[in-house]
Amino acid sequence: MRFAVSLISAIAAFTATTSVAADAQTTGLRRISPEQYRQIVTDVFGADIKIGGRFEPDRRDSGLLALGSAKISVTQTGLEQYDGMARNVAAQVIERRELIPCKPAATTAADDACATQFLGHVGKLLYRRPLTDSELKAQVGAANAGAKNLKNFYDGLELSLGAMLTSPQFLFRREVSEPDPVRPGQYRLDAMSLASKLSFLLWNSGPDAILMAAAESGELGTSKGYAKQVDRMIASPRLEEGARAFFSDMFAFDDFEKLAKDAKIYPLFSSEVNKDAAEETLRTVADLLVTRRGDYRDIFTTKKTYLTPILASVYGVPLPRTGLANGEPDAWVPYEFPKDDPRAGILMQISFVALHSHAGRSSPTIRGKALREIMLCQRVPDPPGNVNFTVVQDTTNPNFKTARERLNAHATEAMCTGCHKITDPMGLALENLDGGGGFRTHENGAPLDTSGVMDGVKFTNGAELGRVVHDSAAATRCIVNRVASYAIGQNAANSNATWLKTLEQDFIKDGHRIPDLLRHIALSEEFTRATLTQTAAADTAQGSSK
Amino acid sequence: MSMNMNRRRVLRGMMNGVAITVGVPFLDCFLNTSGDALASGQELPVCFGTWVQGLGFNPGYWEPKVIGHGYEQNVQFEQLKPFTKKVNIFSGMKVFLDGRSAKPHTTGYEVCSMGDIPVQSGSPPSIDSIVADAIGTRTRFRSLEVSADGATGSWSRRSATAINPSEPSPVALYKRIFGPEFKDPNAADFQPDPQDMARRSVLSFVTDQRQELMAGLGAADKARMDEYFTALRGIEGQLDLQLQKPAPMPSCNVPKATEQARVGADVNDALANGKLHAELLAHALACGQTRIINFSFSGSGGGSLIRIPGSSQNFHQWTHEEGIDPKLGYQPNCTFLMDKCLTGFVNMLAALDNIKEGDRTLLDRMLMYYFTDNGYARLHTLDNMPIITAGLANGRIKGGYHIQAVGDPVTRVGLTCMQVLGVPTASWGTYSNDTRKPFTEIMA
Repeated sequence: MRFAVSLISAIAAFTATTSVAADAQTTGLRRISPEQYRQIVTDVFGADIKIGGRFEPDRRDSGLLALGSAKISVTQTGLEQYDGMARNVAAQVIERRELIPCKPAATTAADDACATQFLGHVGKLLYRRPLTDSELKAQVGAANAGAKNLKNFYDGLELSLGAMLTSPQFLFRREVSEPDPVRPGQYRLDAMSLASKLSFLLWNSGPDAILMAAAESGELGTSKGYAKQVDRMIASPRLEEGARAFFSDMFAFDDFEKLAKDAKIYPLFSSEVNKDAAEETLRTVADLLVTRRGDYRDIFTTKKTYLTPILASVYGVPLPRTGLANGEPDAWVPYEFPKDDPRAGILMQISFVALHSHAGRSSPTIRGKALREIMLCQRVPDPPGNVNFTVVQDTTNPNFKTARERLNAHATEAMCTGCHKITDPMGLALENLDGGGGFRTHENGAPLDTSGVMDGVKFTNGAELGRVVHDSAAATRCIVNRVASYAIGQNAANSNATWLKTLEQDFIKDGHRIPDLLRHIALSEEFTRATLTQTAAADTAQGSSK
Repeated sequence: MSMNMNRRRVLRGMMNGVAITVGVPFLDCFLNTSGDALASGQELPVCFGTWVQGLGFNPGYWEPKVIGHGYEQNVQFEQLKPFTKKVNIFSGMKVFLDGRSAKPHTTGYEVCSMGDIPVQSGSPPSIDSIVADAIGTRTRFRSLEVSADGATGSWSRRSATAINPSEPSPVALYKRIFGPEFKDPNAADFQPDPQDMARRSVLSFVTDQRQELMAGLGAADKARMDEYFTALRGIEGQLDLQLQKPAPMPSCNVPKATEQARVGADVNDALANGKLHAELLAHALACGQTRIINFSFSGSGGGSLIRIPGSSQNFHQWTHEEGIDPKLGYQPNCTFLMDKCLTGFVNMLAALDNIKEGDRTLLDRMLMYYFTDNGYARLHTLDNMPIITAGLANGRIKGGYHIQAVGDPVTRVGLTCMQVLGVPTASWGTYSNDTRKPFTEIMA
């Protein structure tokens, strides 16, 4: 209800509408993610508003859904779903009269003033900027037409709010640029776009009232005023939401929706485990990186995590059940693996080993590939055609008891050796965790050999592999690239190599701290200025002339 | 007094008279007495469907021995026997790469559905979108997409930025088609819903902002915003239709509500859901709700996730990992799954053929286009791709043929389908997959 209350109190503050400057250009257009949709609705109307329906699938691009969001649109089927969700949300909102700060002169007729007051303010929060005059006029017109035809003020308001939640202004984050007064010939984001971009980066939601006020007052246009807002937002507990959204995206946790394990082979891998596995990692990461402001690289070596009893049962560690007496869900409790336990780091958590395995067995190759691609930003080629995989996965062949033996046999084929060398050693280091996340020391009665070499550095088990990844320059470079790309909505490596280099140096100097990296990114010109590439500029000119 | 009557003015006028039954009959849409054509003598409209099934069949086991008319089904296609007269089998055709790299379980689908191998972020529309532009604009749903294996993707798209999602749950599909917004075309009375009228009017306020929203957009973003407004026009079109009295459809029966379905890739679940989907889609076509369906039995995301219950491998893994049984000459588990997937297709054909329209059936005015990703999935091959058409498109296509066109591009089948359905195009595909040669021998 954070903003639901402020919604009413801030109504009075809402006075003016704006209009789009003639020389404004759109330099970014990203479809909001399902999580951002939920977060905005929660922020504006309260956490008790239920959102039902299926969101159109996102698209991953250069490792991030956030980059795909800059390339996708909406299909009719997808819009039908948005429309259904919007009408449902609008009905719940209008039912709660306390969310509407004014009363119409008569409930059976249109009321221009009350509709303007409500839609103007709600619109500003949903669109992340004040409505233009024509937008507000259109929304009020819609409410009035609805009220007139349905002979009910609130029904009209509901229809208009539903249309707002289905509109492109809500469903797409639009970054508008204006000529930069300080650098003639260049563009910078306008204040509202900057506020929105910053807020989505740090909090994964639209700007709050304070940030919006700073944008409207011109404070964001000054270096000092902008830095003040950046620091306020980074210091806020809401930074955790932003960090969770980023890591969910980077770690491809959306794939959990598609993950299924064979119940006969992994009987402990229930739907609760599926649900909790990503949450365990997100809690680990948020605690280490945001709450404790720790070193990013420690996510690969930390012994600390958070568990529920259901996860603990998969890991085979004791954890008392809580909360069941009242039918409440089990609480998350901090847990630290003992020093002599071979497990450490997020690579040995269920969210990594189970997500990157087959339904009924582990896969060193898939795990190694995921490690290269997700954590080190390296590309592993697709397998070639005409390969006979039979020997690899026949787990019943008495000659090849472990995955290592099977893969060695497979890698005798010359065309396979090259790629498997860059994936398998790391994947084999994680073989102590089976495809469902359970711990084991043997496969088919044969002891597991988890030793290997990654980029010239030796390790003997998964925990040591975590240490090698921790120390690798590639992991540091990768996280800088991913956060920077996530922030600007395009692959930073393609156009901003110098910026990335500077960010990386600062990141190392500051002790690999994510909040500090976010601060550097947010304060950089690459973030605040419009990233109007030559192609985009040509596109804009071409688009405008049509 | 002259008056400029635009759509909104008309709608507002309608809403002010909300209590009055609005009689807007489709003038030509009453059926003749036998129920197989419109009263005006026009035939019932043709419909189109795509069927995607990952990982194909075993080469040598599905191609009929006889070429041309009057073929017998080969062993792996025996299930199609009851429909042979309405089914054409195409063998020998291939996907050309023209030096581009093949994605093992993607490229085949792309060329069969789009005639192209998209590079970077561009992508032409899929065949169903092209056909929908020609025949699907006057129905409540421009197209309906479903999957049987729990996936939410599809190969149906207007562009790379607008890919139609599949509905995996028959329960949700039922609600979407036959939920409260369904207007029974055979209901005696018709009264437009004031809510629909009001919604239609409100949406037009969003549409009216189009020009303002397009200003300052680059070409790529403008195209994406265009997709949005195309989708919005689709929703408006749905509401427009909701406000009109639908044409009576004697073969339209509202099916029993689907209450429960376990969505997933277990082959038994996929078959059960596939059958429910097939029946719902057939009824949606019979009730005039859409003319285009896209069914991903499996493979909407590449390969196939279908699994044998209790097995640690899915279909895709089996194709690469299962040995060829020396006695049988093929991979037994893979073949079991291929057969099950074909059962899904046969269930779809049966659902269409079970709906009688006079002395014909819905399958007689339907054209289903079946395609897959590989000629032989075990080796990721892209030649001798198994392709099937089913249905007679109101007699515009002949059935019962085995067409062998060794080395020709697979796009010839898609082009044939489009021309049969009245799409005004002389060619389809890009580079070596570009063709101007439909199979005229089966075009009536």
